[in-house]
Amino acid sequence: MATPGSPALETNAAHDAAKALRLPIAWLVALAAFIAFWLYAEPVARAAFDYPKAYTVPLAKWISSAMKWLIDDASFGLFSFTDLTRFVSAVLDVPYRLASSLLSTGFLEGSGSSAIQIVPPLPWVAVIGLVMLLGHWLGGMRLGLLAGGCFLFLAVFGQWTSAMITLASILVAAPLGVVFGLLFGIAAWRWRWIERLITPPLDLMQTIPVFAYLVPVLFLFGFGPTAAVIATLIFATPPMTRIAILALRAVPGEIIDLGHMVGCTDRQMTWRVMVPAARESLMVGMNQVIMLSLNMVIIASMIGAGGLGFDVLAALRRLDFGAGLEAGFAIVALAIAMDRLSQAAAEKLSAPASDPATSGLFARHPYLIAALALAIMTTLLGYVVPGIHTYPEAWQLSTGTFWSEVVAWININFFDTLEAIKNAMLLNVLIPFKRFLGDLPWFGVAALLSFAGCRLGGLRLAALASGLALFIAATGQWEKAMITVYLCGISAVLAALIGLPIGIFAATRDRVWSWVQVAIDTLQTLPSFVYLMPAVMLFRVGDFTAMIAVVAFAVAPAIRYTALGIRKVDPRLIEAGRAMGCTEWQILTRIRLKLALPEILLGLNQTIMFALSMLVITALVGTRDLGQEVYIALTKADTGRGLVAGLSIAAIAIIADRLISAGAIHARRRLGLE
Amino acid sequence: MHSANIFTGRSFRRWTAALVMSGASCLGLSAPAPAQESTDPIKLTLHDWTGQLITTEIMGEVLKKAGYSIEYVQADYLAQFAGLETGDLHVAMEMWETTGREAMDAATATGKVENFGPTGMKAKEEWWYPSYMTEKCPGLPNWEALKEEACAEAFSTAETAPKGRYLGGPVTWGGFDDERVEALDLPFEVIHAGTDAALFAELESAYQRQAPIMLWIYAPHWAPAKYEGQWVEFPEYSAECYNDPAAGINPDAAYDCGKPFGEIWKVGWAGVKDKWPGAYDAIKAFTIDNDEMGKMITEVDLNGKTVSAVVADWMGANEARWSGWIKK
Repeated sequence: MATPGSPALETNAAHDAAKALRLPIAWLVALAAFIAFWLYAEPVARAAFDYPKAYTVPLAKWISSAMKWLIDDASFGLFSFTDLTRFVSAVLDVPYRLASSLLSTGFLEGSGSSAIQIVPPLPWVAVIGLVMLLGHWLGGMRLGLLAGGCFLFLAVFGQWTSAMITLASILVAAPLGVVFGLLFGIAAWRWRWIERLITPPLDLMQTIPVFAYLVPVLFLFGFGPTAAVIATLIFATPPMTRIAILALRAVPGEIIDLGHMVGCTDRQMTWRVMVPAARESLMVGMNQVIMLSLNMVIIASMIGAGGLGFDVLAALRRLDFGAGLEAGFAIVALAIAMDRLSQAAAEKLSAPASDPATSGLFARHPYLIAALALAIMTTLLGYVVPGIHTYPEAWQLSTGTFWSEVVAWININFFDTLEAIKNAMLLNVLIPFKRFLGDLPWFGVAALLSFAGCRLGGLRLAALASGLALFIAATGQWEKAMITVYLCGISAVLAALIGLPIGIFAATRDRVWSWVQVAIDTLQTLPSFVYLMPAVMLFRVGDFTAMIAVVAFAVAPAIRYTALGIRKVDPRLIEAGRAMGCTEWQILTRIRLKLALPEILLGLNQTIMFALSMLVITALVGTRDLGQEVYIALTKADTGRGLVAGLSIAAIAIIADRLISAGAIHARRRLGLE
Repeated sequence: MHSANIFTGRSFRRWTAALVMSGASCLGLSAPAPAQESTDPIKLTLHDWTGQLITTEIMGEVLKKAGYSIEYVQADYLAQFAGLETGDLHVAMEMWETTGREAMDAATATGKVENFGPTGMKAKEEWWYPSYMTEKCPGLPNWEALKEEACAEAFSTAETAPKGRYLGGPVTWGGFDDERVEALDLPFEVIHAGTDAALFAELESAYQRQAPIMLWIYAPHWAPAKYEGQWVEFPEYSAECYNDPAAGINPDAAYDCGKPFGEIWKVGWAGVKDKWPGAYDAIKAFTIDNDEMGKMITEVDLNGKTVSAVVADWMGANEARWSGWIKK
């Protein structure tokens, strides 16, 4: 990474100026050629504008038949492929069963409605007590109260039963996601070839919409909570791996040297030196896994996981905004409690253990003993006083029709104003941009991408970018892909414009940051359905409503990573800057932003990825992009069609990601940062 | 039979179990589920609309009365076919001809999913408008009124003017509305909602403001009970009208008529018949009609009763009917 104020900056300046002059000329020529091609080549080269149907590759059909073979016939001799996947889900089912028995169903003999309960699930009083104990142990009184408060919210608003079902599946999925993510990250950090090997799958896992692979996952892993856990893992692990690689690489050289000097083995080096040193960034990864797991709650509920996601969907289908919001906020409460607890846990576990010299079981494990005592006592008491076991219905609160009335009030009083704003935005920005992108010739775009790739990252990048563009055209997805680019592009730009300033502002103010954190955690975990349907009421179905949903979701990483990057800047450098007489503005632009650049770029990258991952949701309000293609494929159980559309979305994401990162490296070199 | 578990010796336990089993069959004990039927739970899928929850819970309660073990699994309407084919799920109580036909046909073609016959309910789907719109377009519900310019304009928005705006169902529902508008030469633009939640959110919004709206509504559903309005009366549906351009008002185009009524089917895993023959018969025998269902949906969605309470009421009032389904 860069060392600010290095003399290299000065000497390079002249050289850079020359370079900066040379570069735009090539770009201008390419752009001019592109525009000329676009305007004049249509009569000559029809095929460059509309990809000829006869040459469309029937990839969808191939994938469908390959999948059929995999499910029906594939075999390793002794056992078939399906046996293997079923075995995996049987293994995953064990911890899930345990968690759900403990929290929601109780331990049962038999199955279905004829099952007999042997031991009831933990009473609500016990769960709240345990969470508070855990919070107190990990982070003191404040954390205990926070975690307990979150869980109390679930009980008070009548979400307890569903929330425990959701909690059980998250308790299985999130730790697995963190462990797998970290292991992949470490492997990729150690061996470069592994990084090269896993980067494309990581991109695909994060960008192919879940709906696209839902059907094959269900066939392979069976219908139920474990399939939901697997889909969650596929979706939620990649950010952990990415952050782990970045974090390990950012560990200062001095620490590594020290590790070598004191004679660490490879294993000690990894677990005792690198991982603890990268702790802060790894915690962000953990946070992301938890957030994304909770994000999957809605989709998981569609494939048999039940819980809060199901409540949200059912409430919104009857337009009961209040109930939807309550279930949605229950998800948020779970997310906040789990995130804060896990962060405290990571901090406590990686801190040097203060060796307790006290002897005696009670003195050494006061929390464990208290927890056990609490669980047993409340369970026994629950047989006598039912209110201890199940939260009494009479004490439940509900916002009732309040939220529906709020929406109705806004609708009746402000609809015309909102409609005017929406129409202005649609007619002046959205529709012209959409038309513009729709008109572009695919061949010209592919060539331009190839040129950009070549300038920014060399021939390989050029081949990648144009190859992926060709893939989209050749599978017959060009038109839909352009609508996708338009919707996600505008939304990502808006999200970045909103997110970066907020991130910068909040980063240096601890109090503001803690509130902003709550806000972005909420945005990221509150199912978008909850605000999508009121948005439909106010803005009608269509692109504008979709854009609101995408921006609301994609703004979170823009804020989070910006703030993280700035907060990580070494305070001594800021001090040094001050001592040298920098103004606040200079400190911000010359020191903080420059040093935070890698994180900010990662944040932008994630903003684009998040925007693309919302595509399937936007299909639910009537957009006509690749997301809708995936959704249609799901409804027709057409594996091939869904995966092809999903891969096209991934292709867009990868092109954007690679060009942006190559551009960033390029820019940093020009600025003398590397 | 659980008493057998008290003994710890394995052979002794097996021996006892065999004895109990044979004893039961010799005496012809009316064990809840017949001996040859599996005691595994039958998994019924729950979707996210009230009518389906009611239908499924009625079926589940009836099967429980017959001694079967029941498990409700929340599953997506279309994604569930993956589970029904593999036998992870067993019964889906509502598969609408109008929206689920293709997925159902694809699944039954594999031979692993079976159609358990109609539920007796009929799905009605058609263009629908709130009653306050008759003022602006007095010719309704006759469809020909929609051809008048003033009438179409009354239904327009800034984006569609001077054409009217018709909010159709999600593209996945089919419905041929784009074709219908063309064939009947209606001055309307078809906008597709993404989900039915979005569809009803728009209706709620327009209804609150008494604003114009024309949209796709289906029944049985709570919407026709909650909002006052009428279906547009198109020329009656016939199979020829959809398949043969020559039939109907417009000699050059198909789809120049209204939408068909569709059955709502019961479907399930093909293995149900062998694993739980009695349950299979009961599921096939299940029927209920639109009016009954409409009333129950209204009780739940508009009067705030729980699904279980409404189902319990129905079970109490219709004992003769459902006991007929499960009698051997």
